[in-house]
Amino acid sequence: MSAGTAGRRRLPTILHAFGLVIVFVVAVFPFYWMVATSFKTGSDILSSPPVWVFSPTLTNYAEALIRQGVAASLLNSIIVALSTTVLAIAIGTPAAYALARFEFRGKSELWFWFITNRMISPIVLALPFFLLARSLGLIDTYLVLILVYLTFNLPIVVWICADQFRSIPRELDEAARLDGASPLATFFRIALPLAAPGVAVSAIFSFIFSWNELLYALVLTRTSVRTAPVAATSFMSGYELPWGEIMATGTLIVLPVIVFAMLVSRQLVRGLTMGAVK
Amino acid sequence: MTGRQQPATDHGMEPKRLRPMRKPGWTAFWFLLPAVGALLAIGLYPLLFAVYNSFRRYNLARPNEARDFVGFDNYATALTDPSFIEAMLRTLGFLVTVLPVQIALGLAIALLLHRPGLGLLKVFTRLSLVIPLATTYAVVGLVGRLLFNRDAGVINWFVTVFGASPVEWLGSTTNAFIAVALMDIWQWTPFCALILLAGLTMVPNEIEEAARLETKTWWRILVYVQLPYLLPGLTAVLILRTAEVLKLFDLIFTMTRGGPGAATELISIYIQRIGFRVFDQGMASAQAVLLLILTIVLSRLYIRVVYREIET
Repeated sequence: MSAGTAGRRRLPTILHAFGLVIVFVVAVFPFYWMVATSFKTGSDILSSPPVWVFSPTLTNYAEALIRQGVAASLLNSIIVALSTTVLAIAIGTPAAYALARFEFRGKSELWFWFITNRMISPIVLALPFFLLARSLGLIDTYLVLILVYLTFNLPIVVWICADQFRSIPRELDEAARLDGASPLATFFRIALPLAAPGVAVSAIFSFIFSWNELLYALVLTRTSVRTAPVAATSFMSGYELPWGEIMATGTLIVLPVIVFAMLVSRQLVRGLTMGAVK
Repeated sequence: MTGRQQPATDHGMEPKRLRPMRKPGWTAFWFLLPAVGALLAIGLYPLLFAVYNSFRRYNLARPNEARDFVGFDNYATALTDPSFIEAMLRTLGFLVTVLPVQIALGLAIALLLHRPGLGLLKVFTRLSLVIPLATTYAVVGLVGRLLFNRDAGVINWFVTVFGASPVEWLGSTTNAFIAVALMDIWQWTPFCALILLAGLTMVPNEIEEAARLETKTWWRILVYVQLPYLLPGLTAVLILRTAEVLKLFDLIFTMTRGGPGAATELISIYIQRIGFRVFDQGMASAQAVLLLILTIVLSRLYIRVVYREIET
């Protein structure tokens, strides 16, 4: 019995390590395969059995960025994601502050409404957005995407920042108010600087969600404001797919997100739980 | 059942004994106005417009047709339309396919990460879990299409290495469904793992140690000691994943476009097809409103369970 127990205690360490390695490999492999494919030539990509060792080429990147206009679509994505994030922070943080600090009637209903906005499937809003944008002549403009993306960015900014404001001792802004500071001055000089870490995290989430968005962009843009995910899907029309260029585009889209996500990896689950992702 | 084991949060510890908050009056109103105004304009107004459209005949492909009000006709048609019902059932089928796998694998990974020892390897593994979560959904679909390619796909190479014959993945109805499900499982298992890991770390050390002295079987510890701490996370996973599968669009759009046939046409893809490829905005709006009703019921549940702490 005791020998068996000892045996069981040794074996699991190996199994433990083995299990962790498997998880690591499975988690990383599709990403690795995308990046590797983006550096392969056309014949290497389609060869069977797959090529594991190859001499990398940058042609796919050059082709995608320049000829297929991916560079322009990445720039569009940056403009839209940054603008909507700035806007969401600008109008979301005061709302978060009010929800964290003031008591008023209908407060919990307001909370529910903010969060429910996050749960609605984009297809529900995409139909009316399309018709409204069309009648207003806003199809294929930055403005429409920036505004539409607020529907999912505002709730997450409000949520994360309200959480952050609550963790700041109330006495600090009470003291500022006693010193005669106006509510607005208290907010800008005391509360907002102290909430900076939460604001930064919510900004990163907001950027990631906007950067990743496909459905609204697909419906509301044509050519001039086409975002990167739409550009990636637009390769798919032909019969022979240019896999190298598609994967180069995919890599360019995913890399910044992974960098940002690693930055907030400690808050990732919390943010995702709140945001219900997307 | 849910909030019980959670430690006091910041909200819970708010110093209520301080002087009562002065009347917020107009201050709160002005702070909230921009955000509430924006959400009314971009969140509520389009929803009401969708409801309005759902009661009309409104086909973009027939611009000369009068947009008459047809009452609940669109709803009646949607609810008796076999392809709408099938898309809904397929969505449900997708959920019950991926969710148990994600929870089981997520729990296994959480237990591996929770087990003491192997510090550095655990750090790397945990970091690697960020990659599936962070990968843009549309790109996951594109990568899936490459991996599951019949002739040059690396998955089929693995299949042949193990002695089986290559599988027609995306060209066959059942296999395409499985392939999409596998990509979803790849992307979302880390989420389950991280949520459940958070639950495991909440188990007080002394309780876990005492239990380990009592029994050597890990599953007894899992069931009797750790499970109560995992229940809130499991509930959150259940509701969140349901909401996410109802939204699922990008992955399928880039991987299969709902095909072959309608094999992977989940509800979002289906409504998108009716609205933007058949151009029947009236019908698509009715279907979207039905989906919305389902979502609102679900989000009420979600908020009650996950955000109960806020209510107080």
